[in-house]
Amino acid sequence: MQNTKIQDTLVGLFVASGIVAFFFMAMQISNLSPFSHEKVYTLKAHFENSGGLKVKSPVSIAGVRIGRVRKISVDKDSYDSVVEMDINSEYILPDDTTASIFTAGLLGEQYISLEPGGSNEMIKPNGVIDITQSAIVMEEMIGQFLFKDPSQE
Amino acid sequence: MICFFEKIGKKTLASFSKLGRATFFLIQVIKACLSVFLRPKLLLAQLYSIGVLSFMIITISGLFVGMVLGLQGFYILSDFGAEETLGLMVAASLVRELGPVISALLFAGRAGSALTAEIGLMKTTEQLSGMEMMAVDPIKRVIAPRFLAGFISMPILTTLFSSIGVIGGQIVGVIILGVDEGSYWSQMQANIDFQGDIINGVIKSIVFGVVISWIALFEGYDTIPTSEGVSRATTRTVVNSAFAILGLDFILTALMFGDI
Repeated sequence: MQNTKIQDTLVGLFVASGIVAFFFMAMQISNLSPFSHEKVYTLKAHFENSGGLKVKSPVSIAGVRIGRVRKISVDKDSYDSVVEMDINSEYILPDDTTASIFTAGLLGEQYISLEPGGSNEMIKPNGVIDITQSAIVMEEMIGQFLFKDPSQE
Repeated sequence: MICFFEKIGKKTLASFSKLGRATFFLIQVIKACLSVFLRPKLLLAQLYSIGVLSFMIITISGLFVGMVLGLQGFYILSDFGAEETLGLMVAASLVRELGPVISALLFAGRAGSALTAEIGLMKTTEQLSGMEMMAVDPIKRVIAPRFLAGFISMPILTTLFSSIGVIGGQIVGVIILGVDEGSYWSQMQANIDFQGDIINGVIKSIVFGVVISWIALFEGYDTIPTSEGVSRATTRTVVNSAFAILGLDFILTALMFGDI
């Protein structure tokens, strides 16, 4: 009888350690944070070229992440890249906000940086950010550098 | 010449009839699983011998696999000046691939072989037929609790393996090699997705648990009742489980992470 009691306890500990490990993975490894449950609203921005931006890339103001890219598509009329992003609804942005695509580090991932302007009008949810700056494509830059006419300088 | 074709035909028919027997066996076992809940003591004993006794091998291998990943990852990533992504590398490789696959291989070696030998010996010593004589269904009494125990233990062992591996990677990367602890965890947390990575890893481990228990129990149940037959069946369990795990892992990865 004593023996089965020990066995039961060990099985209980085993199952409990599995549950603890699962919660550890959820909280500590994937950071299943309340961020995904927070209220967000969507903004759109048209870029001439969205470069290596991906779904889930960070959207930040002054280096602080306030949202994520939700969807990237091509506008069928202007052939621009349309980027939809989820912004944490704590943050309301003025309507002359600039959206630029930057790269974190030399080889790092690309992200959207928002720079709020001074306007008193705020962008409504599902609004569009008008002032944008495209991603810098390395090949274009090198091309411009190589084929620059030196006599023009 | 005809002899040659006869051999091919025999082999083909034999392997198909084995596949058929295995499928019927699986259906019978799944049907019998409900009756296990009437006698949870049986399941508990099997959880002990399949799950708890595999605990040590899984945690210790998880620790060392994580430590090796931390060490190798550090040397390669430091060439690019990207040591900060060490945490991401360790966690992503463990949660997506190494955790489910290595713990399944260890589980097949540790628990699967034991299951086959046990059931095979029961059949050889005619204990299974003895049960049938007493109107006890051996599938309900012997097979189904072991199948359920494998099904439950595998995801638990896999999550343990992955979590301990991440801690092992932290021991080597952060404490010994001096990667910043904050960036070790934050890079990991920013890039590991709960549904995309962790849940998919757990689904993989559940599939592996079912397949390993199925193969092990069927090989034991279908063994030729001699001592040589049992030894062959045990070998086949380990070999076939390894094939099944690695093949299924490719298919599952392609379905979950690829765009096929």
